[in-house]
Amino acid sequence: MLGILNGNVYDPMNKINAQEQDIWIRQGRIVSPEAVDLERAKIIDATGLVVMPGGVDIHSHIVGAKVNAGRKFRPEDHRHNVRERTDLTRSGSGYTVPTTYLLGYRYAEMGYTTVMEAATAPLVARHTHEELEDTPILDKGVFITMGNNHFIMKCIRDGKLEQARDYVAWLLGASKGYAIKIVNPGGVENWKWGRNVTELDDEVIGFGINPREIVTTLAWINEELNLPHVPHVHGINLGRSFSARTTMETIAGLEGRAAHFCHLQFFSYGKQKGKLHRSAAAELARAVNENSNVTVDVGQIIFGEATTMTSDGPLQHRLHRETGNKWLNEDIENETGGGIVPVLFKRNNPINSVMWRTGLELFLLIDDPWQVFLTTDHPNGGPFFCYPHVIKLLMDRDFRAQAFERIHRRGRKNALLPELAREYSLYEIAIITRAGPARALGLKNKGHLGLGADADITIYANLEDKEEMFARPKFVIKDGVVVARDGRIVCERPGRTLYVAPPYDPKIEEEIRAHFQESYTISFNNYAISPDHLAFGEMVPCE
Amino acid sequence: MKTIVENVTCTFCGCLCDDIIVEVEDSRIVRVRRVCANGRGIFVDYDPTPRRPTIAGREVDWHEAIVEAAMILDRADSPLIYGLSSTAVEAQRKAVELADRLGAVIDTTSSVCHGPTGLAMQAVGEPSCTLGEVRNRADLLLFWGCNPAASHLRHFRRYSIMSKGTLTPKGRRDRTVFVIDVRPTASAKVADHFLQLKPDSDFEVLTSLRAIIKGEKIEVEKVGGVPTATLRDLAERMKNCRYGVVFMGMGLTMSRARDHNVRELFNLVCELNQFARFSVMPMRGHGNVAGADQVLTWQSGYPFAVSFARGYPQYGPGEFSAVDMLARREADAALILASDPVAHFPGAASEQLKQIPTIILDPMTNLTTQGAQVVFPTACYGVDATGTSYRMDNVAIRLRPVLPTGRPTDEDVLNQVIEAVKQC
Amino acid sequence: MSEDFILITGRTREQAGGLHKGKDSEAYREATALVEMCSEDMARLAIEDGQIVRLRTASNQVEVPVRTGALPSGMLFIPMGPVANLLIDTETEGTGMPSFKGLTVKMELT
Repeated sequence: MLGILNGNVYDPMNKINAQEQDIWIRQGRIVSPEAVDLERAKIIDATGLVVMPGGVDIHSHIVGAKVNAGRKFRPEDHRHNVRERTDLTRSGSGYTVPTTYLLGYRYAEMGYTTVMEAATAPLVARHTHEELEDTPILDKGVFITMGNNHFIMKCIRDGKLEQARDYVAWLLGASKGYAIKIVNPGGVENWKWGRNVTELDDEVIGFGINPREIVTTLAWINEELNLPHVPHVHGINLGRSFSARTTMETIAGLEGRAAHFCHLQFFSYGKQKGKLHRSAAAELARAVNENSNVTVDVGQIIFGEATTMTSDGPLQHRLHRETGNKWLNEDIENETGGGIVPVLFKRNNPINSVMWRTGLELFLLIDDPWQVFLTTDHPNGGPFFCYPHVIKLLMDRDFRAQAFERIHRRGRKNALLPELAREYSLYEIAIITRAGPARALGLKNKGHLGLGADADITIYANLEDKEEMFARPKFVIKDGVVVARDGRIVCERPGRTLYVAPPYDPKIEEEIRAHFQESYTISFNNYAISPDHLAFGEMVPCE
Repeated sequence: MKTIVENVTCTFCGCLCDDIIVEVEDSRIVRVRRVCANGRGIFVDYDPTPRRPTIAGREVDWHEAIVEAAMILDRADSPLIYGLSSTAVEAQRKAVELADRLGAVIDTTSSVCHGPTGLAMQAVGEPSCTLGEVRNRADLLLFWGCNPAASHLRHFRRYSIMSKGTLTPKGRRDRTVFVIDVRPTASAKVADHFLQLKPDSDFEVLTSLRAIIKGEKIEVEKVGGVPTATLRDLAERMKNCRYGVVFMGMGLTMSRARDHNVRELFNLVCELNQFARFSVMPMRGHGNVAGADQVLTWQSGYPFAVSFARGYPQYGPGEFSAVDMLARREADAALILASDPVAHFPGAASEQLKQIPTIILDPMTNLTTQGAQVVFPTACYGVDATGTSYRMDNVAIRLRPVLPTGRPTDEDVLNQVIEAVKQC
Repeated sequence: MSEDFILITGRTREQAGGLHKGKDSEAYREATALVEMCSEDMARLAIEDGQIVRLRTASNQVEVPVRTGALPSGMLFIPMGPVANLLIDTETEGTGMPSFKGLTVKMELT
């Protein structure tokens, strides 16, 4: 039992804004004081300290086949970034692609307690779950990529949407996934023919359908299955000068159905004279402001090393050709693809400067913090432990202005950013880093401090320098246990893997079996992950 | 009473065939179907009977053996943990944990197999795919420096040359096959084209292919014993195929230029993707060496030759790889998990292993168990223990045991050794 | 007579079959203690099938029976295993990988 007394509590889900409140914890949950034996409870005196729910990261590439290929591929990333073992903790290495134990520790030390693995192909989901078991402390979930899935595309082609729905339900249970992920719908399949898509109505080779149909079908399925999260969309044309146009078309194409657009910054470019893209953040922000059914995370870039890794096969090949950097590609039978290319984002590079600016403009122009969440699309935009730096850029306009002056002059040309004087408040930061993502994910017991919530709590010193404040919380509590103090782990314990298993008509399994016979190289009987294979799995109901 | 278990996975090689059918009667395996000659030996005559561990050849109880093993490792200044490739992920994770705790060096059989492939991937990248893309799409196959007809006996039929898939309904007739090697192997016999290279000339041939594909002119008439005209023909086919795949093996990693050979091949495949979709796949030898790479990487950052001596992981192929550690006499104790280095290492390294106290975990006796100080006879993952193994294309497959577990698993033993080391 | 050959070591079906029977079995020993040479070289050197030859490097030597194999002239093949490894050096040239293929050995008649 634990009591956190006299803290300045920020709990936006329950509309608590800097109120001095006590928080009582028993058996890993937040409870009323009557439920606690006050004599035996340990007390943390939080006088003058800021108390928030534990951070929730809605999109990060942390574990699994793609991430581990990134680790193996980049020993240069690890050599100068090492963590020694202690009696309590394992050793580790890595900067943009840290090893699993180190990643768990660093997220926890930063005050984050729930992280979503952004993209896993179902065929290799077992690998993802095995790495998650070696990722301590955090609660996690896995997004399952479906936007180039052959079974689903065949159903769309044949007009068999209920079959597609039952297949998706089966697939989520089989892969122990949390949500539907869509990456470059149709484009990744076309890459297996050496091509891509650039318009929502382009043909997916071999299927006679288009990206628009893939998105709308999966959005419909998401609603039918009552999944806790909405379809999580990495759209077409990432990085292209027409990305803003097609992204807004994709939003419009939803016709009011809910969806989450990830790392929106990478899709917020327009054309201008010359070769440099312009920031189209204003147009995208307007589209988000006008469509309350849409949430986004920004994917802010951080100057420095990054490792791009996505399921977007053709994008990654293009990045390899443009940068000349080494390239991994992985085509995954019947399901998806992907690639990895290291990059270096530089302040004195005009393109990178525009990208940096675009992300910040999105944050400052989207009105409702409940629709915009803080990510760097780790490690594509930059490492997750740079979130405190982004927080400072959002809360301190002078700091932001100084940073703006240091980017390339062509990146500063015609820029909207200097005119945007908005500064995020602590309350709004609490929304974009915990309450908002938790709500968008449908995690009823996370991202808030109301009765019954999981006791995942972060306590900060109220420092002037917001980067320092958010980088080193004074206390981090997970399930009512203090796991970190002053930025260091004091207790290692396992976290949970959250998954969904919506019901489906078992007749679909006959169709799926036939599909496996025809086109897979693993037996249907060996594909699904059984619940007992997850050491700390927890099913989240679909209601 | 007979039971029939379907969809059993064979763990002998990187094919990890998961369609094996095993018939069990009175807790013994009586029949195995679909398995190849290499895999058959894993199942047939497998004896799950509990056996006791030994210390210096003398049978002891488990607790005594655990304590002895812990003391050997704790007392050592520079312990080496080696092998890992024929055990499940559950045990591999424990082996890395043990190395981390001890400050040991840990290396896997990759260092004498596809280690150079890992070095090449780290230098230039690797465009690859899962085996189903080969089955469904590949119309041009190259086998370079590998001989699946000896090492991966069901590969051709199940995954590559003969397999029928969605875009390859006619199987063999929908594909063109090249075998490239220094001698006419059994695999060469099933190829459409066999290119016989002079030994140690793979690098020149690969670099010539890269040049030809870029439109450069090769002035000599032969490269590595192969007519340049043949190489030009091969280059045209590679640039114009629907989906090409090169399988590569020890012919590249073990000959003189080692990782440079593989790097040249990976560069070639990267560059081919400007013209046609092309992938490369290393023919991983042991049933879970791919898993060893994955586990060591996700826990330490590096796939093999890792030292924890400084308290954090350091990567050193040539420094912390097992053959080098033994040749320089830098290991003063060793724990060998699921492999047989005395059979497979150069003689001087095997001799050195016999000079230091060794601890072996293996379901079978082998040449390494013969000279060992402590031997733990463990269960066999995939036969009488469940676990996960990773296929050559890194797809993880859950093993379906056919017998009740007879002996402690490698994971059990390593867990107990870790606890015992904590007490030392 | 002493002639240089290029030695390749590698997998065979018999070697794998032997290792299942146990590495101390007769089957494994037979499968790994032999050297293959092409019939042209055997004829030229007047070596018969099954005849024992000595193979020598600067620091090691083995004596093994000869079998005919599909090889180019000047090349020898020994299945991977403890006999082949008597000839292989521990030098990995900084890679971790010894030179299992392409070693120059001297062949002598016994």
